[in-house]
Amino acid sequence: MVHITFFLALAAILFCIGLYGVLTRRHLVIVLVCVELMLMAVSINLIAFSAIGPSAGIEGQVFTLFIISVAAAEVAVGLAILIALYRNRESIDVIKHDLLRW
Amino acid sequence: MIQNAWLIPVFPLIAFIILLFFGRYLKQKSAYVGITAMALSFILAVLVLFERIGGDTYTNTITWLTFGDSTISMGYEVTALNAMMLIVVTLVSLVVHIFSKEYMHEDDRINVFYSYLGLFSFSMLGLVLAPNILQLFIFWELVGLCSYLLVGFWFFKPEAAAAAKKAFLTTRIGDVGLLIGLVLLFTATGSFEYGEVFAAMEAGLLNGTISEALVTVIAICIFLGAVGKSAQFPLHVWLPDAMEGPTPVSALIHAATMVAAGVYLVGVMYPVFLASNTAMTVVAYTGAITAIFAATIALVNTDIKRILAYSTVSQLGLMILALGTVGYVAGLFHLMTHAFFKALLFLGAGSVIYGLHHRQDIRKMGGLWSRMKVTSITFLIGALAIAGVPPLAGFWSKELVLAAVWYEGDIFLFILAVLTSLLTAFYMFRLFFKAFTGEFRGDHEPHGENSKLMTMPLVVLATLAVVAGFVNTPFGFWLEGFLTEGLNVGYSAHGDAWLIFLSIGIAVAGIALAWAMYYKKSIPEDFLSSKFPGAHKVLLNKYYMDEFYQKAFVLPTVTIGKFFWEVDRSIIDGIVNFVGRSTRNSGRTFAKRHDGQLQTYGLVTIIGGLAVIAVAFVLGGYFG
Repeated sequence: MVHITFFLALAAILFCIGLYGVLTRRHLVIVLVCVELMLMAVSINLIAFSAIGPSAGIEGQVFTLFIISVAAAEVAVGLAILIALYRNRESIDVIKHDLLRW
Repeated sequence: MIQNAWLIPVFPLIAFIILLFFGRYLKQKSAYVGITAMALSFILAVLVLFERIGGDTYTNTITWLTFGDSTISMGYEVTALNAMMLIVVTLVSLVVHIFSKEYMHEDDRINVFYSYLGLFSFSMLGLVLAPNILQLFIFWELVGLCSYLLVGFWFFKPEAAAAAKKAFLTTRIGDVGLLIGLVLLFTATGSFEYGEVFAAMEAGLLNGTISEALVTVIAICIFLGAVGKSAQFPLHVWLPDAMEGPTPVSALIHAATMVAAGVYLVGVMYPVFLASNTAMTVVAYTGAITAIFAATIALVNTDIKRILAYSTVSQLGLMILALGTVGYVAGLFHLMTHAFFKALLFLGAGSVIYGLHHRQDIRKMGGLWSRMKVTSITFLIGALAIAGVPPLAGFWSKELVLAAVWYEGDIFLFILAVLTSLLTAFYMFRLFFKAFTGEFRGDHEPHGENSKLMTMPLVVLATLAVVAGFVNTPFGFWLEGFLTEGLNVGYSAHGDAWLIFLSIGIAVAGIALAWAMYYKKSIPEDFLSSKFPGAHKVLLNKYYMDEFYQKAFVLPTVTIGKFFWEVDRSIIDGIVNFVGRSTRNSGRTFAKRHDGQLQTYGLVTIIGGLAVIAVAFVLGGYFG
């Protein structure tokens, strides 16, 4: 029996890689990819707990399926926004999009 | 009628109030309001005087304030002295009101002018009628205010604005002394009423509760007020500058009434002065020094009004000198006659200035005798009166002053007084010969004699300058009997025959000298300036008093002011600005972090979240 800590450690590493990517990458597509990475880290957690957690069950896997489909939709929307943004500003560099600046 | 004496100051007050509210619509008609009010006051003052001559002092007071055992009252009082003063003030004021109608008619602020005149007349009459020193002090300050307003009437001229400020500030120095004197007097005697004060002081001196030193201090403090108001040395500097005001104002305030208030103050507080020999000596010497000092400056000045101003300072010095040498009647008699002939001289000068389109330099006059007959004759009468030629008013009063000084026994003071009289005769006739005789040296011919409205007041005052002296002659000391009745004001000196001849001799000598120099020209006109250029320069620069004050008082004050301004600017304002600026700067610093970068926000959010979690863990005890 593999101990749950390995799954959680993997998920944590994945989450941190994703977070690091979101915070440091300038390319918007990479940022979106990193967001997906973070979602997957969460999904691994859910699956790990549903398989070998203290109250194992099917719910975790069901939720993961939901997350994957929502993430797909989210990426579709995200990419659409990205394209619209590119049309407007001719750039997908995160640094250049600072309309909220004071 | 005497119980209605309080109405005398009320009439000009009503005129003031009317002009204050409706002057804008009345404009030239404002003059009638003022003249009517003053005429009513004058008539009432005459009636009051006659009733006072036949009757007694009338006092009517109501309680104003009570605290502890002390009460302060307000009201009015008609004594012999202030009955006389009422006549002087109302008459001169009325004459000046009439004169100003023409003199000021080109000024479109004439309504303001008349309202100020009304306020001044009210204040001056209130001062005279005051039954206690506190009320006198209130009106004393009011006349000072009016003086400020009227000297600075043409405030758009920088000299006038500066002169008004100077007059106000200089007299203020004296007023502070007066206020201190009043407070000391009140703590010593517990009252402000004249009678009570004098009685309490006498009793205190007898049983030793009031020391003579205290009386001396009180008397000198009160005298300081007189020094400021009556332009005595060393606070005389404001009066010549006050000539920047309109000429009728100079005649009313700075010759006849307000400046005489200082002399009047010494007069009403006379028992306090009599109680202290030191104070009397200070008074006498101040008066004598002022008299000779101002007279010498008048010798070389060339501005017709300033010569008269220095003459006023000098004559006020003589009055103060007389009071300081126990010449109670002499001082006050001279005050009355001087009011008439000096007002006459000033209005005469006003008439000349008006005729010459506001030129005041006597070097640019000359030959006015044939061009302005009435003005010239009345001015000559005024000059003869002030020079002390019998039987004009100035002769009788000046002779009495000299007698008072002589019988006091201080030969130095007597010499100063005699010299002053000589110089007075000389400079007045220097002025007269230069302005009214010889060739016309100006650039703008006068348009002839002024209208009746301006010459009638001159004639009235000239008449008074002739006859006012007859109330107190060696043939009948009527005024003396009237003023000293029931009062203990020391003895009164009457001149011996030789004194009368001496004072006639002085007047004639002064006039003759002026005649030789400025009419006959047998002595060159530039005698002083060519033979004694140093002395001439000192006199021309008024003994450098203004320069001295500038360096000794004004400059240090300004320097200290600038220093504190600098302290205020750099330290006080610095702190305030530092608080403001640091708030703004910290705001700016934090605003920089608000850079619109999604990733910065994300980082901050993560760090913040981690911090919250860390805190929760520590506080929640998760780490042991």
